[in-house]
Amino acid sequence: MLAKRIIPCLDVKNGRNVRGVKFSADKDAGDPIELATRYDRERADELVFYDITASADGRAIVMDLVQQVSEQIFIPLTVGGGIRTFDDVRQILKGGADKVSINSAAVHTPEIINQSAKSFGSQCIVGAVDVLRRQVPAGEQPAWEIYINGGRKATGIDALAWVDELVQRGVGELVLNSIDADGTRDGYDLELNRAVADRVEVPIVASGGCGSDEHIYQVLTEGRASAALAASIFHYGDYSIPQVKDYLEKKGVVVRQ
Amino acid sequence: MIAIIDYGMGNLRSVEKAFEFLGFEARIVDRPDQAEAATHLVLPGDAAFGDAMRNLRQAGWEEAIHQSIERGKPFLGICVGLQLMFSASEELGTHQGLGLLSGRCRRFPATERVPQIGWNQISIKQDVDLFDGVPDESFFYFVHSYYVAADETNDCLATTDYGLEYTSIAGRQHVFGVQFHPEKSQDIGLQLLKNFAAIN
Repeated sequence: MLAKRIIPCLDVKNGRNVRGVKFSADKDAGDPIELATRYDRERADELVFYDITASADGRAIVMDLVQQVSEQIFIPLTVGGGIRTFDDVRQILKGGADKVSINSAAVHTPEIINQSAKSFGSQCIVGAVDVLRRQVPAGEQPAWEIYINGGRKATGIDALAWVDELVQRGVGELVLNSIDADGTRDGYDLELNRAVADRVEVPIVASGGCGSDEHIYQVLTEGRASAALAASIFHYGDYSIPQVKDYLEKKGVVVRQ
Repeated sequence: MIAIIDYGMGNLRSVEKAFEFLGFEARIVDRPDQAEAATHLVLPGDAAFGDAMRNLRQAGWEEAIHQSIERGKPFLGICVGLQLMFSASEELGTHQGLGLLSGRCRRFPATERVPQIGWNQISIKQDVDLFDGVPDESFFYFVHSYYVAADETNDCLATTDYGLEYTSIAGRQHVFGVQFHPEKSQDIGLQLLKNFAAIN
């Protein structure tokens, strides 16, 4: 059986891992290489490096990290943050990442998805979206809006229509990050994950809001996500990955131990 | 020396460094003559079947691979590399493969999420050296939308379940193919690569 994946996400800024709270406050959460090694030992299913400096210097630092980590760690690595051009995608893959997560650039230049998927295969192109809930009258279907530039800028684009387009353009996987839930530790946006999982064929990775093992269980079952991304609950040692996997297994979810 | 075939497709460095980590000499080669001195041949791949096959032919690899296998060199196909070992694929049209083994590549049924991404288990069907220290039901990391339907039961060394039971490890004598990425499958994946490198 295909296992549900647990993916720790390292937000890297100037070579340090920081935890984001509602996309703003930074707090140092350790050395990314130390953390990556720990997650590898704990049998994380993948690792995500998210470059939140997203400048040329920041990119060089993240690529250096990926290179160092990938010499020692044999699980898939995804790099995201600040990708602007097709050449950025190529360089990140060449530098040793297995997947590239594309967010704002896809809104600015949607063709970057087609071109990247055609050149490197859909399997290494991840479509990431930051979404904020829209106010809808009671009784209406929930709706979400796409935000870009690290969740700072509204686009007016409907999230459900946008994920359809990303899939049609060739992404092999989607990461759904809820701005409302991000950093709150109140749980993932289950409705969002379910709504997207119901309309696309590709796997969904849930992101934003994780505060407990129960939240991960919820989004992998009710939320129909294939994988759960989490940051602070692992970085600060509230939970270890085996602890979360034990919990999920006891509740009947297939995980890789 | 283990030669890793570079035909312009996929992340080859991760395969190379997995062998290096295990203490084997591995080299990425892009011309068949560079693989002459190799003891083992590895064909990785992440691309679409048709493009991959075209590149292999253009660089003269199709013939070189057949010759090397006839000379008895162990061969390992990884991911699309496994699929290319078979007769044909239905990915974006019909394409002929290397024909080392008989069978076709088909798309996963619409009941499942496609691509399959993540860790899935193998069910071992034949006891071969490649499985030394690899327990039945071990998890490996998979990423693919197409699977191989092998014509010969004997060529199926292990299966995996994803909407249907399909061949995830194929092989005959010293020729092997794995649908997953052993170089991304932690200790168990490295064990399998080590077993392959130990075959002579």
